[in-house]
Amino acid sequence: MGRVEIRSVSKLFGEVRAVDHVDLATDEGEFLVLLGPSGCGKTTLLRMIAGIETPTSGDLVIDGRVVTDMPPRMRNIAMVFQSYALYPHMTVYKNIAFPLRARGIDEGTVRKKVEWAAGMFKIGRLLDRKPRELSGGERQRVALARAMVREPSVFLLDEPLSNLDALLRTSAREELRQFQRRVGVTTIYVTHDQVEAMGLGDRIAVMSQGKVRQIGTPLDIYQWPADTFVATFVGSPPMNLIEQEDVLLGFRPETFRPSDAVEGSEGMVTFPFEVTYLEYLGAERLVYGNVGEKSHARHIVSRLPGSLTLPLESGKTYPFAVARRDLRRFHRKSGLAFSGETA
Amino acid sequence: MANLGKIARRGGLYTLLGAFAFFSAFPFYWMVIATFKRDHDLFSPLNNPFIFNESPTLDHLRLLFFETHFVGYLLNTLLVGLAVVIITLVTAVPAAYALARWARGWGETLGIGIFLTYLVPPTILFIPLSRFASFFGLQESLWSLILVYPTFTIPFCTWLLMGFFKTIPKDIEEQAMIDGLSRFGAMSRVVLPLAISGVLTVVVFAFTLSMHEFIYALTFISVSAKKTVSIGVPTELVRGDVFQWGPLMAGALIASIPVAVVYTYFLDRFVAGFTMGAVK
Amino acid sequence: MSGPAHPAEPGGGDRGGILDREGALAKLLIAPAVIYIAAMIGAPFVLAILYSLSDATTGDPGLRLVGVQNFQAALSDPVFRLALRNTFVFTLVSQSIVIVLSRVLANALLKPFRGKWLVRFLIMLPWTAPISLGTIGWLWMFDSIFSPIDWVLRYLGMLGTASALFGANTNMYWLGVPGLAMASVILVNVWRILPLATVIQLGGLSSIPKDLIEAAEVDGATPWRRTLMITIPLTLPIVSIAFLFGVVFTFTDLVVVYVLTRGGPVHMTQVLSSWTFFKGIEAGDLAQGAAISLFMFPVLAVAAIFILRMARRTEVV
Repeated sequence: MGRVEIRSVSKLFGEVRAVDHVDLATDEGEFLVLLGPSGCGKTTLLRMIAGIETPTSGDLVIDGRVVTDMPPRMRNIAMVFQSYALYPHMTVYKNIAFPLRARGIDEGTVRKKVEWAAGMFKIGRLLDRKPRELSGGERQRVALARAMVREPSVFLLDEPLSNLDALLRTSAREELRQFQRRVGVTTIYVTHDQVEAMGLGDRIAVMSQGKVRQIGTPLDIYQWPADTFVATFVGSPPMNLIEQEDVLLGFRPETFRPSDAVEGSEGMVTFPFEVTYLEYLGAERLVYGNVGEKSHARHIVSRLPGSLTLPLESGKTYPFAVARRDLRRFHRKSGLAFSGETA
Repeated sequence: MANLGKIARRGGLYTLLGAFAFFSAFPFYWMVIATFKRDHDLFSPLNNPFIFNESPTLDHLRLLFFETHFVGYLLNTLLVGLAVVIITLVTAVPAAYALARWARGWGETLGIGIFLTYLVPPTILFIPLSRFASFFGLQESLWSLILVYPTFTIPFCTWLLMGFFKTIPKDIEEQAMIDGLSRFGAMSRVVLPLAISGVLTVVVFAFTLSMHEFIYALTFISVSAKKTVSIGVPTELVRGDVFQWGPLMAGALIASIPVAVVYTYFLDRFVAGFTMGAVK
Repeated sequence: MSGPAHPAEPGGGDRGGILDREGALAKLLIAPAVIYIAAMIGAPFVLAILYSLSDATTGDPGLRLVGVQNFQAALSDPVFRLALRNTFVFTLVSQSIVIVLSRVLANALLKPFRGKWLVRFLIMLPWTAPISLGTIGWLWMFDSIFSPIDWVLRYLGMLGTASALFGANTNMYWLGVPGLAMASVILVNVWRILPLATVIQLGGLSSIPKDLIEAAEVDGATPWRRTLMITIPLTLPIVSIAFLFGVVFTFTDLVVVYVLTRGGPVHMTQVLSSWTFFKGIEAGDLAQGAAISLFMFPVLAVAAIFILRMARRTEVV
């Protein structure tokens, strides 16, 4: 149980096409991340799966049942909002019990299930508190417990970590991943944070302007971006792009190194790299510069491990090289990767 | 020296506030004095009018409660007020919710349209409405007031509640729908309990406005026993040309103070309505 | 708690019932209010216009349209013209005073002091107590014989002796002398609207961001300059709203004039609303009454437009 199919779904807000003919299907028990910049339609798509928005066209299927026109409560999905949307006038216990009571489940069972869910998220001691008395991390756990308590077939998460501070976010991410593995419920997770996406997703669907640009494993997305949007959106710093006639050559900053530091020159492509600016970040060093006048982006970046102490100065030009197998080629006009070159 | 300046400013502030409070409250002090003053004391032009020159009396209160319809006025007012509150809640709460939540664009326009009808004054409507009342045989009936008063409570309360509903995050009710409630259930079981202070404000507002109303009551009701407090006291406690000042002041005072206390408590919320969210 | 049945409510099918469909539900929820307003405000308003174009009276309320002759008759009636003038004087004078006083009062109330709730309660009394009852208090204070104001004036020697400032009469006859009657009516109206204007202004003043004033202070602006350059421009919209609501309430108010003077002496305090009442209800001339009341409408429409504009403007800021 827990297979979501999105069949050519579109959503228009007035003239604006928020979601544009999206086709997507999850596997059972999969952790699928919808990744994209704000306004790309990822949240709208999630809300349509939840039933809060109705698609303008297309169909949504959950476990073989067309749910396009069904109200949310009939879809057997759970959702955690970015704000957590805890009921402010209810205690934690009542919050978690709410989905069960709304379904008319008897109080004995409710109590057992609430205690089970609270135990799972280690919030048993908070049950009598009101949401305003909780910390951000605690609220997030309550929201998760409330979502899981009725054992939904699909679990939807809308940027649930974005309200946590950086330190908490990392540990919460790890917990979330472990928890999802354990219960094995199909999860769709929306985020604009590529680090979250890479760390959490079994697969990532990268969205832009209402369309899914690419869907694949984190490795696929990173190594074989389907187009220049994915190439530059995923990865920090983004993939370097160089124009060569009607082709755009792309390569990741960490694959672009001083020729002196590369052993042998077989299968390497060398560029004269004029360094304009250096950033030393401890574990790594970022070197910004240009390769001739043909550079597509303003800057080309090289990302060198901090252990590589080769002296570099801004204003000077050095030979830099990238392995041929690390080069990606995109059509200049469409921005699409050359077919046969994606994984 | 700075200290002295501070004291002077402090003194100035209290003087100013004292003057305003005196101006605002003096008529009510005047009612208190008249309520308990013996007629002989009250009607002697040479007596100091601000103090009791003779011992206070409860005669006026006795007269007011036992020899006039004053208690009846209070009951009529209560009855009309409660009925108006119910009608207002039943119409304004759902409308405000729907306008605040669902209607992108036209909801705002319709909301403003409804609010503007609040500015159509009773002084334009009371002539045609008096014909309505007589057409439906409601002349001299409290029902005419019960049906007409919502014309000013619904527009304002709808507007007021729209503001309240907008402050409740949409997430919460979307969450409630996902958690198993219908669209309507999310409103009635999650949003309404959260908007309870807004609903309470509307209850108080609808009631006080009904109690304050004068023109319709004056136009529709002339039978003494059917009058509400706001017209009963000023029009009935006069024998021929002679005002019965003692009972009159007592009646005005007794009807004023409780409602003023409650109203003051809720005042800031009404003002939020007047300023149409202009003050954040 | 009894939850809605799962998976579907009766008759709802897979789409859910009416209680799930936003569009239908929205119309259903808005309808009662709109119908009420249409029936009880819209219809009477149209009827008022029709009456004003007819010759209807209480005795013969049938509608026979006679054109604009009611408006012409009203305009040629000296009492009406007096009432029209009085309405504007009454409104503009009282509202100008109210705006100034409410500003001063709001500034004072903004400061912290002991017993604030009591002061606030006392100052709000004229607005929170039923207006007809408050006005009755004033009627007694303006009494032709027992007015406490007269007593104080006599006590101070300013009234009741041959050389006194206000003359040799023992009383001022606040409501019996034309100019004085108008002043009295205006005074009571100021008394009544002041609390409302004050709280509106209070809201405006307390919404000015503190850091803005502090920034001006750091920039070396004098208190006077700060008021001129920051406080006044920032609160102008809210002051306007206070003013416009005051205008709307005053312009259409009947209570103060009705209770205090009934338009007297000899129509000197007659205003449009009171004249509407006396003509349309007491004299039973529905057509004339309706026509007189409609003269108020243009002013109200203009006020409404300005209120909307002001509210919009502040929202943008």
